[in-house]
Amino acid sequence: MPIYLLRRLGYAVLILLGVSFITYLLLYMIPADPARQLAGRSATADTVANIRAQLGLDLPFYQQYFNYLTNLLQGDLGRSYIQRTEVSTLIMSRLRPTIELMAWGISFELIIGVSLGMLAALKRNTAIDRFLMALSFVGVSSPHFIASMLFLYLFAVNLDWFPLGGYGEFQHVLLPALTLGLLGSGWYSRMVRSSMIEVLQQDYIRTARAKGLTRARVLFRHVLPNAIIPVIPMIGIDIGIFIGGLVVVESVFGWPGLGQLAWQAIQRVDIPVIVGVTMVSAVAIVIANLIADLLVPLADPRIALDKS
Amino acid sequence: MAFPTLIRNLCRHKSVAVSLVVIVTVVCLAVLAPWVAPHDPNMQYFEGLTMEGAPLPPNEKFLLGTDLLGRDLLSRLIYGAQTSLIIGVVANGIAIFIGTLVGVCAGFLRGWTGAVLMRLTDLMMAFPALLLAIALAAILQPSIWIVALVIAMVNWVQVARVVYSETIAIASREFIAVERTLGASSFRILFSHLLPHLLPTILVWATLGISTTVLLEATLSFLGVGVQPPTPSWGNIIFESQTYFTSAVWLVLFPGLSIVLLALSFNLVGDALRDELDPSLKGRG
Repeated sequence: MPIYLLRRLGYAVLILLGVSFITYLLLYMIPADPARQLAGRSATADTVANIRAQLGLDLPFYQQYFNYLTNLLQGDLGRSYIQRTEVSTLIMSRLRPTIELMAWGISFELIIGVSLGMLAALKRNTAIDRFLMALSFVGVSSPHFIASMLFLYLFAVNLDWFPLGGYGEFQHVLLPALTLGLLGSGWYSRMVRSSMIEVLQQDYIRTARAKGLTRARVLFRHVLPNAIIPVIPMIGIDIGIFIGGLVVVESVFGWPGLGQLAWQAIQRVDIPVIVGVTMVSAVAIVIANLIADLLVPLADPRIALDKS
Repeated sequence: MAFPTLIRNLCRHKSVAVSLVVIVTVVCLAVLAPWVAPHDPNMQYFEGLTMEGAPLPPNEKFLLGTDLLGRDLLSRLIYGAQTSLIIGVVANGIAIFIGTLVGVCAGFLRGWTGAVLMRLTDLMMAFPALLLAIALAAILQPSIWIVALVIAMVNWVQVARVVYSETIAIASREFIAVERTLGASSFRILFSHLLPHLLPTILVWATLGISTTVLLEATLSFLGVGVQPPTPSWGNIIFESQTYFTSAVWLVLFPGLSIVLLALSFNLVGDALRDELDPSLKGRG
């Protein structure tokens, strides 16, 4: 176990190094000239050269990347081109709302996905099953921005059940989190349905029934814990998609989180902020996957750690 | 399986048959856009706005209403279908090509090359895909081809992983071993045995991938970093009218429905194709 954990941690660090390299390459190297952008149109060649030297952009590539990496390791993500503050400060101030929204969103995703998947599996090949599976497809085929806007129109503007946007109270988080949850639940409900159908056909379920356990006990003690195992690695994979959804949903609902920060930075081509948010997201994705991989063998002892 | 049989089997499910009809209709509308669109998509009609300058709701002249500039929404949607499909085909084509190449190489060569290639896909999986796509599209001065390229760069990973595991599964089957003992070259095994067996998987992922591509293009265009106006795309129609969407909801509703309907259709057909082409799934579910 400790050896496995060390190896996985080492691998996670390697992955993050790779992510930092590609992000750096794509975002700092491809755009024409950050120094010129920063200086503005009317700046003289001298000013631009000054800024370039200040930012270390006149150094050779490997040295630039090395500087960036050493700063990164010290938690220094650079300064925002536009807002003139530390990127890390900006990110820290946005972290809490985003984590709040993520926690609610993923909870809704799981609650909706698992219960609908269970229902579909139990009512297999009936109209209910077909309806639920069609619904799950509609969910995964709807872009977040359309769902957000239509929900906002329907539930906030027309029905006045929710506030139009903003942050603070529980009612503020409800609509954006439900949007994320409803759309994301489709994959989970399909996954839970098929794994549950498989579990229902196992001999130990027949045994459990034969020894006279109640339906509810068979379902919640024997079927569900086994059927839910494939959901765990899925959460890890889902985080990346979820973060993408956050960018859109936060922008539409005016949620003051990382997604909105990223979106504002993208509009103004504020590269250090974009890189910062990308790195933070990558760390979140890698950690989520790591936790998921560690949890699976705990949930199902048949799966050995070293095989994965 | 012969193509007509495949189509007939697919059409056994009503939802899949409807999806096929939707896809064929959208393709026809896109191809025939200059002849079927009732109006010029870029013409700003004087009578397309109210006296106060607001867009018109659906009426006899403009069947789905007009947008903020008095242009006919239906015509813009029909031309927008062209954009969606071009990007769907180009981006998805590139993604499938790269994904298959990486997956087959990694699965067939194994060893060092395979390990490095698959670690590369691990790396790509750690990226917040949409964030990366948005950032790239924003920085690269978006055009329809840049958008397609950005989407392909994000989407090939999934294909590579599926093709990789499929390649390994096929390469370990007996008939490949038999071919090897009979003295077939790797080249021959690759092209006359491996690739034909991979074709169903690739077809399924190509279909599902178009749905992902359509959604991603719409999202990028909605955020203003995708297809740029005045070229109509379903996403940028919503982008242009988002500030008015509470008073002119048709400007969000109709393009929104188009996006969902097309993506849903490709998803349903892809899912049915998978059931049809993968015999190991037969009789399940």
